[in-house]
Amino acid sequence: MAFVPSGDIISQIIYAASILLFVVFMLYGQRIQMYVMIREVEASLYKLKFIKEEGRKITIETIKEIGKPQTDPTPRVDRYLEYFTISPQSMDPAGIVYKLDHILDVRDTRLKDEVKIMAPASDEVQVNNLENTLEAAMALNFIYKVVRHYYIQGKKTLSLYVIMQLQMILPLVMKEAEAYASALKAFAYGQPIGDGAGPLVAAKLMHGYETRKLPKDCVVATVPIEGRTAFIIKAEGPGGNVGKPGDAVQAVIEENEGKIANVIMIDAGLKLEGEEVGEVAEGIGAAIGGPGVDQFKIEEALVKYHIPINAVIIKEDIGDAVSPMRKEISDSVDKVIERVKNVILERTKEGDKIIIVGVGNTIGIGQ
Amino acid sequence: MTENNQSSTAASRISTYMLTIVLIILALSIVALLFAVSAFIVGDQVVAGYLLIIGFITMGLSAYLLLQSRKRVANLKIEAPKIMTTIECVKCGFKSIREFQRGDYVYKELDKCQKCDDKMTITAIYKEVKEKEKTYNV
Repeated sequence: MAFVPSGDIISQIIYAASILLFVVFMLYGQRIQMYVMIREVEASLYKLKFIKEEGRKITIETIKEIGKPQTDPTPRVDRYLEYFTISPQSMDPAGIVYKLDHILDVRDTRLKDEVKIMAPASDEVQVNNLENTLEAAMALNFIYKVVRHYYIQGKKTLSLYVIMQLQMILPLVMKEAEAYASALKAFAYGQPIGDGAGPLVAAKLMHGYETRKLPKDCVVATVPIEGRTAFIIKAEGPGGNVGKPGDAVQAVIEENEGKIANVIMIDAGLKLEGEEVGEVAEGIGAAIGGPGVDQFKIEEALVKYHIPINAVIIKEDIGDAVSPMRKEISDSVDKVIERVKNVILERTKEGDKIIIVGVGNTIGIGQ
Repeated sequence: MTENNQSSTAASRISTYMLTIVLIILALSIVALLFAVSAFIVGDQVVAGYLLIIGFITMGLSAYLLLQSRKRVANLKIEAPKIMTTIECVKCGFKSIREFQRGDYVYKELDKCQKCDDKMTITAIYKEVKEKEKTYNV
């Protein structure tokens, strides 16, 4: 018994306990680690469930308040939360953009029709806001279900690697879910969100000038800027709407037979950690997110007429983009306009025609 | 709605599993402290010292677990940020800031200006973020 200390009983107990602990950790260390991770995931899943339920509750309450439905909209909302969209087959990618465009149009029309049935007393602006609210609730429902799927799968298989992958991405998933949760209230009340930075700049440039409608759900105003004629385009507000800037830009270019000296796109751009919210950056290319249909259409029109394109972005993170607009973003509008004017002065001549597009969700922003 | 309320309540209370663990640890710590006192009375100061340390550590651990669970419950809230609306008179520059009201939107025309009778316009709607982001000096 040379390995056992010959001291008092307490020392021997502590020694035996430490040996036992060593053996337990050696044999069951990974399993203990997995249980700790499962507990962490479980706690986040509870939080996700709470956020999802709150989202559903806010959505139903908003529909009841605004839409004044005759019947309880709850079953229809629950059905709506499970809606899905199947993207087109990409084995032969030729023409896929227009197929995707068609699918998205059908989805949009279907969702709007559903909202009109659920909330018959709502006007067009409110229908758009309610559609956005429902989409945020849908996103929360989807996030919760996916996390729950991997959590149960991990528990069933007791696979450390399934649980580990889930635990590793969980902070990012939670951040996104919390962003959608705060977006819900913004959409329900019709408050501008961070993604509306582009339309806000466009609205400031076009405010006071006559606007006309463009396909689809967009407006354009002809504004003189620094001796040039600027066509300012944005989605039609103040309802929650991103419009189809691709179609709008194509229409304006075709109206002017391609005689456009420059296209400047303004959008909210994702910031990297360490960068300031509301920072303004300038670059080249079509600054537009989404499924890519609008970017494709804009690029097609630009290539056809060899029109240069510039972009100005306002930096923010994903949480800022879908939650109520931060003061820093609202305050950056004047900086963006300064940068746009610089681009106009440096890249175009007096008398030229230019297009300025404010890309993003125009909820809470008129024109 | 009943199901919804139930799930919200379930999410917002401390789990019984966690509470059982905390209570067991707390009971063990009290037992250790009692043993420590009896060992001290008997005169075995070394054992009393060990038991005292074990008792306090486990008591601290149970308090920490309880606080952590309460913190988690407190986190289960969707906080609505304060949204402000800036209203300006384009003619005289008079500016006022008030809390957001449903129906407000940027460039909405409102009532007449208090100073010049021209129409006031909403020029900004934003949320104020009070907490400062942590900086990493890199």
